[in-house]
Amino acid sequence: MKKLLLVLLLLSLASLFVGVSDVSLAAIVAGDPQAIELLFTSRFPRLLSILLAGAGLSIAGLIMQQISQNRFAAPSTSGTFECAMLGYVLSLILFGDGQNLLVIFSVSMAGTLLFVQLISRIQFKNAVFVPLIGLVFGNVVESMAMFVAYKYDAVQNLSGWAVANFANLLMGDYELLFIAIPVAVLSYMYATRISAVGMGKDFAVNLGLKYQQVLIIGVLLVSVMSATIVMIVGQLPFLGLIVPNIVSRFYGDNLRRNIPITAIAGAMIVLVCDLVGRTIIFPYEVPISMIISILGGAVFIYLVLKGEKHA
Amino acid sequence: MRDSTRLLLLLLVALTFTGLFIAVGLTADNYEYFLSRRVPKVLAMILAAVAIAQSSMVFQTITNNRILTPSIMGFDALYILTQVLIVVLFGGLSAMVINPFLNFALSTSLMLIFSLLLFTFYFHKQRANILVLLLLGVIFGQLFGNVASFLIMLLDPNEFASVLNSMFASFNNVNDELVYWSAPVLALVSVLLYRLNRQLDVLWLDTDNAISLGVDVRKVTRYCLILSAVLIAISTAVIGPIMFFGLLVTNLTREWFRSYQHRVLLVGCSLLSVAILLTGQWVVENLFEFETQLSVVINFVGGIYFLSMLVRNKVI
Repeated sequence: MKKLLLVLLLLSLASLFVGVSDVSLAAIVAGDPQAIELLFTSRFPRLLSILLAGAGLSIAGLIMQQISQNRFAAPSTSGTFECAMLGYVLSLILFGDGQNLLVIFSVSMAGTLLFVQLISRIQFKNAVFVPLIGLVFGNVVESMAMFVAYKYDAVQNLSGWAVANFANLLMGDYELLFIAIPVAVLSYMYATRISAVGMGKDFAVNLGLKYQQVLIIGVLLVSVMSATIVMIVGQLPFLGLIVPNIVSRFYGDNLRRNIPITAIAGAMIVLVCDLVGRTIIFPYEVPISMIISILGGAVFIYLVLKGEKHA
Repeated sequence: MRDSTRLLLLLLVALTFTGLFIAVGLTADNYEYFLSRRVPKVLAMILAAVAIAQSSMVFQTITNNRILTPSIMGFDALYILTQVLIVVLFGGLSAMVINPFLNFALSTSLMLIFSLLLFTFYFHKQRANILVLLLLGVIFGQLFGNVASFLIMLLDPNEFASVLNSMFASFNNVNDELVYWSAPVLALVSVLLYRLNRQLDVLWLDTDNAISLGVDVRKVTRYCLILSAVLIAISTAVIGPIMFFGLLVTNLTREWFRSYQHRVLLVGCSLLSVAILLTGQWVVENLFEFETQLSVVINFVGGIYFLSMLVRNKVI
């Protein structure tokens, strides 16, 4: 874990000094006001939001996987992202702006709860059933959002909102992402209980847990975290899915111990993807959601094929 | 009701709405202009509907189940990726992109190669589980779409403009020349498929039975796949991808028609598809006054249908 932290630190430093306008270490040490201003209004907010979003979303994926006891569940494969988009459209129409947190949070939470209920009601014999249902559920919710958006001429707002991009985050835009910290702390506190809930209702009740309460707290953590990230950054598909899987391959399945490692690994992957997106067509940028979705999709396919062999 | 009556009924609905689309508001003064705009549009919808219906029906038969369709397995997205690749390789102003016939020929042949590769990847051994296959298909579809948009990001804006047309072609923005080119191709493919109807009937009985009844399963499967790749190319080129439409249409056909013979099913499926697409588009245009898009509605209804099929365990 120390090695991971070190790598993350080095990458973060690299991220601070990549960009269109030149910021050199010498200029900052010499106290060049322009360089310092750039550093604090653009580079630091960007770095922080990358770290928070990557860590937060990976934790959300980890919790989702525990709740549904399925390796392939994550905010992007359970419709949470799409529900947040629906919430955004509704808030845009009902309140005139897309920033009504209550609407966005409650819609994405309602959708995620619906999904959790849906999958707990079916007895499946197969692990890939859950993401399949989740993806199609997401599709249906997305077409609902599109339907409403099309009617009120908000399709462009919607698609602009959903594409992840760290480029336009300046000071004052990203602070909501600090919500990742309390979410991480809460997840850490509830880790054992969430694991127990994942074992099924009977088991959890036998252990003396308030099943419904813990389940709702888990879903609340997941949906608040992912809705915030979709709001500030955009969709980071498959991130919450692949990071916990990679971590559990190396470190086993202890939820409480895995939370910090997952957070670091998630932040690292997003940081690397962002660096790639920034340099590949320099001085322009490729939105990070594309890079992540290509990478994540490939890893997901690999995981499914691999899981099939083991099953 | 007998199956032939059903076919007639569907034909009647399809013809009525074709008439409504073409004839409403036509006068002696404006008919030249109106017809030049309306005929390609209606023709495009009919072509796409037939192509989607037949490719999905045949795909289900050769894979022997009721839930896999080419668009769910990512073949539509594959076609769009092919289009983008052509622009990336040859440049936006080359004959390969501008000439609709050359473009169609090239992208279809690339599509043939890719889809055979993808198909062998999906079915290279007896995969026990159809759910794994479905999940792989959905993710591959997303992956192809993402790679396509990634490549588009890297393109020059001028070159991008030439891809844009092929990506988001809709009912109201139809490439006339392409429509006229693809009509005879579609007719040819449909005839070829129809001539296979007996082999398809046997194939639906499962591979083992088909082999023991003397059908060369491998050959027929490959042949059908090539034909459906052409059909997918036509439908995607003409109106763009509609993910769940094929699933809806084939399943409605299989529920509604009593027959299991592909002689009836292929025709019935195409007619039903045309009838639904034309009716739907007419309702969207006239009752909703363009306030929504048909593909959004179809994906909503089709998605819910797909979910209910999964949940009711009709798949396995």
